[in-house]
Parts: sequence; structure tokens; C-alpha cells
Amino acid sequence: MSFELETAANRESLRRVAIDPVSRVEGHGKVTLRLDNAGHVKEARLHIVEFRGFEKFIQGRPYWEVPVMVQRLCGICPVSHHLAASKALDPVVGATQITPTAEKIRRLMHYGQILQSHALHFFHLSSPDLLFGFESPVQQRNIVGVAAAYPHVAKEGVLLRKFGQEIIRVTAGKRVHGTGAIPGGVNKSLSSDERDLLRKDADQVVSWSRDAVRLARRLHEANGPLYDEFGLFRSHLFSLLRADGAMDLYDGHLRLRDARGQIVRDNMPCADYEQHIVEEVKPWSYMKFPFIRELGPAKGWYKVGPLARVQNCDFIPSPLAEAERQDFIARGDGEPIHAPLAYHWARMIEMLHAAEVIRDLLDDPDLLSDDRLASGPKGREGIGIIEAPRGTLIHHYRVGEDDLVSYCNLIVSTTHNNQAMNEAVRQVARRYLDGRQLTEGLLNHIEVAIRAFDPCLSCATHALGKMPLAVELVDEDGRLVDKAISGG
Amino acid sequence: MTKQFLLDGQPVPFEDGQTILEAARKAGHYIPSLCWHQDFPPHGSCKLCIVKAAGRHVSACATPAKEGWEVESNTPEMNGERRGLLQMLFVEGNHFCPSCEKSGNCELQALGYEYEMLTPRFRHFFPERPVDASHPDMLLDFNRCIFCELCVRASRDVDGKSVFALTGRGIHKHLTVNAESGRLADTDFSKDDLAARICPVGVILPKGRGFAVPIGERTFDTETIRSKTLKEEES
Repeated sequence: MSFELETAANRESLRRVAIDPVSRVEGHGKVTLRLDNAGHVKEARLHIVEFRGFEKFIQGRPYWEVPVMVQRLCGICPVSHHLAASKALDPVVGATQITPTAEKIRRLMHYGQILQSHALHFFHLSSPDLLFGFESPVQQRNIVGVAAAYPHVAKEGVLLRKFGQEIIRVTAGKRVHGTGAIPGGVNKSLSSDERDLLRKDADQVVSWSRDAVRLARRLHEANGPLYDEFGLFRSHLFSLLRADGAMDLYDGHLRLRDARGQIVRDNMPCADYEQHIVEEVKPWSYMKFPFIRELGPAKGWYKVGPLARVQNCDFIPSPLAEAERQDFIARGDGEPIHAPLAYHWARMIEMLHAAEVIRDLLDDPDLLSDDRLASGPKGREGIGIIEAPRGTLIHHYRVGEDDLVSYCNLIVSTTHNNQAMNEAVRQVARRYLDGRQLTEGLLNHIEVAIRAFDPCLSCATHALGKMPLAVELVDEDGRLVDKAISGG
Repeated sequence: MTKQFLLDGQPVPFEDGQTILEAARKAGHYIPSLCWHQDFPPHGSCKLCIVKAAGRHVSACATPAKEGWEVESNTPEMNGERRGLLQMLFVEGNHFCPSCEKSGNCELQALGYEYEMLTPRFRHFFPERPVDASHPDMLLDFNRCIFCELCVRASRDVDGKSVFALTGRGIHKHLTVNAESGRLADTDFSKDDLAARICPVGVILPKGRGFAVPIGERTFDTETIRSKTLKEEES
């Protein structure tokens, strides 16, 4: 099926404008616009043009290698893939229930990942847009510009991320691409020295995270009309929750709310994900378009990630973040907030929650125990679902009698948001670009909308002012009419 | 009077019949190797022990020491050649250290670090090599084979089973399993065999172990292959 502005009727006769590449974290994406002679937007698409192939080449490899191999999907949130794969493979070694130590160390690693990834996204990638403005001088619109103009903001951002990375190092052995989680548990506990090293900074990190929530909230409230309307579209909300409805980023069941906030599906076991989620393939993108089977592709798409999670849960099980969540919900005045730019505020509330969880976990003596591995009668299939920084992440494997992986299905967070990001791009294109002469600043509006979702599209953006953005205006015969390049 | 030769200008004593490598290591000088093992005759296939003796390139593991020789080993020239050999070994097989469970315990990887191999330099062959997971306890990942034949020799000469062999010639050479089916499960191979624990890289692996040893506690996390080898020589 096709959505409004997805496919123009007479597309071959329209001018094509491409943002290629849109700076994507783990590869390449592009935005194409098709405009008529008056410059009106008739088509807008966010394409993911890179093919990774992990689902295929993981087949035939031994299952115990998977959590380490598959995390190479990503350089920003490898921990998410590492843990989702480990969770999925726990039943394969018979660990239907892992030990308290293993679960707490995995949770510590995961919330450290949430903390560092959210800090990276907000401070390094998005804060330049938010602090300076979408059309501010491109030379300033980067983390170095933030450090010059708002040194305390940049410093806290860098140190927050560093703390998260340290947690990953202590639990996984390396800051990036470690080996901590293995099928059945974890391969190391914390020493008391490691625990003390982290604990001495934990309160400060909570305090800085509160500052970050205040900053995100202030930016939203100070620019209310813009933030509430920019790229606005309404959709379902989808996420993992604890059995009692609390936010839980590591484990739980699945819940779907509709755009008005009503719970449509609840208590969906992770093991049943295939009954509910279908992926549609479109010929113009390598990224699939998931939707809820019962609702169909037209109505069943949804958004995931912080904006969905903060509003899908009944409460956040840590006091400071819960207080912030209530203030956030109040701004919706009884309706869910769908504004893409509200992702930033919600993301910082989650970062505060992660900081609180980490602080509390560090007092738990189970972290120091050697009871790390569980086992039992071997299984042949497993599904692991967690909430990665960018949203719900699904890993599903089948393992043959010979211990080699025979089937692999991965639905990653950014994939869930595919339709949502396309909608945001279309809204922004319609509102800000329609009928106007294109400039770098205007095109950055599109990237601001994409960036709000924190997809694996924001990585290189704002990398020291070298955002490799090239826009070409090509006439109907494919001749280059105009070209604008920023950064790079 | 003890016979001696000069290794990089340092006198190294030796007894008749000792190779350059044996005498050098006994005297506390490191010469690298992958295919050499103290319990087996020299193999001379990996060539990493290459030295220049009396002006000629020779394998230190297979060349008897000679009185008065001047041997060059730890020099920029010889180490550069070793780096080149390592780069060839890395592109000949499929060595993906980032997801290899042998990482941190692998001698090939350790030598890559020891000789500062920073790039693959040569074009990867990307050979098609299957995985044999038929055995209940052990996995064979032929992708990482460097043809040192340590498993061949251990299985034949110590285990008395001759489970492994090299077959094919030249670029088509590969490790194979001596069974009608070619499957490890159809041999009398056991996880307790010497051949099961002698592989210097990640071909012969116990099933299910994977990444059980954390980063920081793996063999080459705590010491270099140079110091480990010399320590073992002392003991």
C-alpha cells in the first residue's frame, strides 16, 4: 500500500531533489523529494540504501558466537544487540531463568548503554540544532560550537556519556563491542573496586541527568508552538513493559496504544511477536515497514523509542524520572504527545531513569557474586526482546541439532520507526520546503525531524561540522540543474 | 668449551643438534613461530621463525645452529618480513577477529600485535571453507586454518588416530578429516585428544565455550606472546 506523498502520480515528470547521504549512523540513507514546476512537494521518501545481510550470514555459525558477532551491526548501541541475542539464546543452553547476578549485570550494562547513547544523541548530535536553531550558521551547528557557547552543557554531556561507557567497560570488558553477556548468563561479575569506582560518580550522574531533563524541557516549553507542531503526525505507540505496567527496558511484555492513548493490545508475550508484527517490503528502500497484523499496513504502523515508552508505560519505577514523566504527560492535556521534537524531552527523562537505576543497582551485592551462569536441557529456539535506546529490538534464532544457527530474524528499533520517520519527513517537507527555494538550513529541517527519532541516521551528523549533505536538483531528463553541498 | 653463535650480536651457546630456534629460546631470546612445537620435529611451514644466518634466509626451527654464525633475527628487516608473512596468513584464510571466540587466545592474532600488523596489505582470498559441527563436543571452523599441521601431527603421532590431513595442492590446499564422509563425527576423535587442544588459531574448538572467559583474563590480555613463550621456555 502507499501513503500520501509516498508515491507521486506522474513522478517521472517531476523535479527530483535528493539528500544523499542523509548522515546515517551505521551506513547510508537518503531523502528524495519530487517537486512540480511551482516547487510544491509531491513525493517525499526516506530511503535506507544500505544492505547489511546479518540475518543471512549469521546462519551456519555456532550459536555461542552470535551475541558477539551480531553486535557488530552497530557501533553506537552494540550492547543492545549483544543483550538481545544473549537473551534469545538463553533457552538454547537451557537457561529459562538466568541467575540474579547475571540479570543484574546485564541490566547494569543495558542501562549504562541507554545512558551513554541518550547522552550522545542529545548533546553531541541534537543539541546544536536545539540550542542554536535549525538554520543557524552551519559552522557553529556542532558539538564544538556547543562547547564554545555552552561549555557546562557540553561538559556534562561528555561526562555523562563517559560514565555510561565506563559501565559498559566494567560489565563487558570493553567500551565498545565487549563480550560480557553469553548464552546462559554473563562471563564476569563486578569486583568491589569496580563497583566502588562507578558508585563514587553515580549521584553526580543523577544530578547531571536532572539538569539535562530541565534543559530539554526548557527548550521545548520556550519554543512551544514550534516543538509541538514540527513534523507532527499521530500514530500508535509500541514498547516493552514490566508485568505491572512499569517502564522496563530489559524485559517484559509488549503493549500497543492507539494515537488517542487507548491500550489496544496488552500483555503480548515476547514469544508471540510474530503473531502480531508483520514486515512489509517496499521496492524503494532496503528497510522494511513493520505493522501490527490485526490492524493492517494502513493503520497498524507505530512509533517506538523514548516518546512511545514514556507514554506507553503506567509509571517509571524511579522517583525522579517518574516526577518528570508526570510533568511531561501533563503537557499532553489528556492526549498522547506525538510531536517528534518531544522525543528529546522524553529521551532525557529516560536518561534520568537510567541514572537512577544504575545508582540503585550499584548497591546490590548480587553484582559481586560468582553465580553467573544457568543451564538446563538444551532448547532449539529463542526470542529476545529488549528496549534499545532507539526502541524495541527483536532477535529471534533457531539452532540446529549441530549447534549451528539455522534461522535468524532481527527487527531493529529504527525499522519499527520507518513509517513514522517517513511521515515526519513528509510533514516537514510539506510545511517548510513546499514552494520555496531550497537552502542548507531548510534541508536541515528534514534532518532535524529524522534526527529526533535518533535512528541510526544521525551518527555522522554534526561530526565537527562535516555533515556530508549533498543536494542535487535534476531535471526530468536527469540533467543536473543545481547543486548545494554542505559540510564534507 | 661451549659452542656459540651470535644472534643480533649477542652470543648464544648451543649443543650439537640444536636448532637456531631452540638454542635462542633457551638463552632467553625470542624467535616467533606458529607451526613449531617442542614435542614434534620441525615443520618449517609458517616461516615466521625466519632469520638471516650467514647471509641466507633460513627457518630457525629447522636449521641446526653452527659455530661462529652471525644470525639476524630481531632487526627491522627480518621483522618486516615476518609482518609480511603474517599479512599473507591473514588474507589466505577468513580471520574475523572481532567475532572470533579465539580472540585474545589466538597465537596468530598475538603475533599480529607483536609485529605491529596494522593493515591486511594484500587482497583477501575469502576462500569458501565450511564449518564442521557434526561432532557432539568439538567444532571445526576451517576458515581459520593456517596449515601448520599441528593437529595432523598430534593426532597421528600422539593420539594414534590420524584424524586430520592436508589435501589439495597450492592455493587449493586445505585441512580435511579422514573419514569417508569427511565429517568429524564419523571419526574416533575425542575432546580429550592432544589434537583437540593444540591448534594455535581457532579451528578446533570445544562446543559451547565461546566467550566464557572475559576480556582481561584471556591469555594475551595479560602478557605478550613474546613474554609468554620465553616464560614457558624457562619453566
